[in-house]
Amino acid sequence: MSGPESVTLTLPSDREVALSRVLDAPRRLVFDAWTNPEHVPHWMLGPEGWTMPVCEIDLRPGGSWHFVWRKADGAEMDMRGKYRDVSPPDRLVSTESWGPEWPETINTLTLVEKAGTTTATLTILYPSKEARDAALKTGMKEGMAHGFDRLERLLGTMV
Amino acid sequence: MVMQLKGYGHLAPGRLDAVFAALADPTRRAILTRLATGDASVTELAEPFEMTQPAISKHLKVLERAGLVSRGKDAQRRPRSLEPGPLAEANAWLERYRKAWEANFRRLDGLLERMKTHEKNRDHDKR
Repeated sequence: MSGPESVTLTLPSDREVALSRVLDAPRRLVFDAWTNPEHVPHWMLGPEGWTMPVCEIDLRPGGSWHFVWRKADGAEMDMRGKYRDVSPPDRLVSTESWGPEWPETINTLTLVEKAGTTTATLTILYPSKEARDAALKTGMKEGMAHGFDRLERLLGTMV
Repeated sequence: MVMQLKGYGHLAPGRLDAVFAALADPTRRAILTRLATGDASVTELAEPFEMTQPAISKHLKVLERAGLVSRGKDAQRRPRSLEPGPLAEANAWLERYRKAWEANFRRLDGLLERMKTHEKNRDHDKR
């Protein structure tokens, strides 16, 4: 199950979801891949067939970011937020929201480098336990009810 | 990315909340890990945690409400057992969540390789 290429998913507290993955590159490259609009649309895509026609990044504390995904059927999804802490090469904190009816999360990326490989950990902090559980639940319930659209959104909020 | 959600019909939303809440606590995770190796009484469970029996009982109540732990029939010992069902279902859900991100990270692997090659060539050209 676990290997160098597997993603670890944990619930560190009752308001958080965390993902961790080892990458075979120094962390300054990982930081660049994660924050440079030339790179982000090449990998932060979610399901197969999706593209990212809009990727705007103003990489400074208080700066905004805005991503738009286009699904295979042409439908688009919009997500935006602001950067809070931009500390290359090891830490990036940003807010993230899908819109007024979705809870705003605070996403913290930490990059720890060891012998040329980098452990990337993304922690998503929800405003409350209820919001996190609702997000987890929404992904499950609504995913079944609405052709997986919401689940896909939910997975997108983990970006 | 695998998005099939078959098999979740019997996991009630309230139950999923309770399962995730129960799993959020490290002591409760340790109790589940212990019970995975075999049934144990409250006294046996309290030992390794340096906690009072009432404190352990409180954690066990949370686990029982989540359906993760059940009580045995032995009236004296009341051994607790691990109930694997809800845990497996919550895990299966998290597993899909995890898999979704694996696709992103696989693409990131490819991008990082290209970035490394690009850097190497650039450094080489400089010399």
